[in-house]
Amino acid sequence: MTSSSLDIQRRSASPTAAAEARNPAEIAQLIDVSVCIGCKACQVACSEWNELRADVGTCVGVYDNPTDLSSQAWTVMRFAEVEENGKLEWLIRKDGCMHCAEPGCLKACPSPGAIVQHKNGIVDYNQDHCIGCGYCVSGCPFNVPRLSPKDGKAYKCNMCSDRVAVGLEPACVKTCPTGAIQFGSKEDMKEVAAIRIADLQSRGFQNAGLYDPPGVGGTHTMYVLHHADKPEQYSGLPNDPSISTAVGLWKGALKPLATVGIAAAGLFGFFHYITVGPNRADDDAHQDANDDAKADTREEDRS
Amino acid sequence: MTDKAQNPAAQNPAKEKLIQRYSAAERINHWVVAVCFVLLAISGLAFFYPAFFWLTGVFGTPELARIVHPFVGVVMFVAFGRQFFRYWHHNLLNREDIRWMVAVKEVMKGNEVGDIGRYNGGQKAMFWVMVLCMAALLGSGVIAWRPYFASSFPIPVIRIALLVHATSAVVLISSIIVHVYAALWVQGTIRAMVEGVVTHGWARKHHPRWYRETTGKKV
Repeated sequence: MTSSSLDIQRRSASPTAAAEARNPAEIAQLIDVSVCIGCKACQVACSEWNELRADVGTCVGVYDNPTDLSSQAWTVMRFAEVEENGKLEWLIRKDGCMHCAEPGCLKACPSPGAIVQHKNGIVDYNQDHCIGCGYCVSGCPFNVPRLSPKDGKAYKCNMCSDRVAVGLEPACVKTCPTGAIQFGSKEDMKEVAAIRIADLQSRGFQNAGLYDPPGVGGTHTMYVLHHADKPEQYSGLPNDPSISTAVGLWKGALKPLATVGIAAAGLFGFFHYITVGPNRADDDAHQDANDDAKADTREEDRS
Repeated sequence: MTDKAQNPAAQNPAKEKLIQRYSAAERINHWVVAVCFVLLAISGLAFFYPAFFWLTGVFGTPELARIVHPFVGVVMFVAFGRQFFRYWHHNLLNREDIRWMVAVKEVMKGNEVGDIGRYNGGQKAMFWVMVLCMAALLGSGVIAWRPYFASSFPIPVIRIALLVHATSAVVLISSIIVHVYAALWVQGTIRAMVEGVVTHGWARKHHPRWYRETTGKKV
């Protein structure tokens, strides 16, 4: 749910501009994958603060549990075992909404105000306005939003917008025991990341770097990755995410084309009618038909 | 309804010589498709254009519009499918249709071109455009249909389905505007789909070959 004390920057299916006057700082959540121990305290804190209760899962042979995001699990730890330089690495990533600067879900959403982007960067869903079409699921480049099987509406991490609105950090940040999740202004988080990346690089992780993909205008959930050159290794984190071409065309070029096409059909008809006029058969052909009728009568008379 | 059509001369022998063009079943079939189309266009345009989102109010609430839209779509597809099997063989293009299409400018001035049968080149082209759009809309609509089918398809496939769905809907809506306008422009046509009959004059002018075939006249 949207929190009224946060200013809105962008609103789904709303062609006119949102309120412009106030300019709060952009925030960000920084997840340092190299410090994460996979304890899942963030999952629990998320579930507790947001009052979500996923069904008790089953062990599928790895630590992932729940195994996927759902309307009841807005963040999950994903555990990947990969080989790097002949060594086994256990890459653990806290998955959830990336809070894109250019959110594909918001672009795809047809319902005004069902998805908003707050000026601080948080992308928030308002289930009151959600119509359950699932366009957000198709629009998201990170496969994050999930429809609830109970009410058909879309849910995802809202970066605890209710907490952030009153000056608190998100629940997952608050609970993280190793400091792997940090929260602050986006600018500050980039500085923190730079220090961590320098440290990782000095310790042999040459490709350590910040994941703040420019294809979606940057994100307000950022990762410090030891292998920023291969984000896919972290349970399929996309290498260069962007809003898909199909969604871009659908929500972009097709609209003016459709307007021109539909308007052209209507206007053509209107101007054709008032210039050429109706096509009446009776003017010329009706007389012939009458002649036929007379001929018929004559034939009948004869017979 | 057939009384009048079978023996139209009984009512007004000189002026009202009528030919049956569409049976009651055909007319009901047509208007089922038409009503479904209007409902689908209203809700579809509401989902496509943010400025038209208020049109979802026709269905009560936006969410109801979203839920109802695909079911109406299935009804339209089934009804249109019946029409397809009624009319496809009347819509195979022939040489006269090509002549008609090449000379469409002349046709637009109200001058008939070619020895036209039951349907002219424009009507036949319209038929096949509708067939293609309906097929594309059904296929893509099923793929994007939540909560029943969409979750069985990969997200990239759903994205393409949504684009195809919107594109074919725009083509169909534009085509239907032309279809409706053509019926209004060629006077006496609406009657064919409302009362089921056309005048001899109408048939002779617009569909001479069909006129000869149905009446047995050698004009």
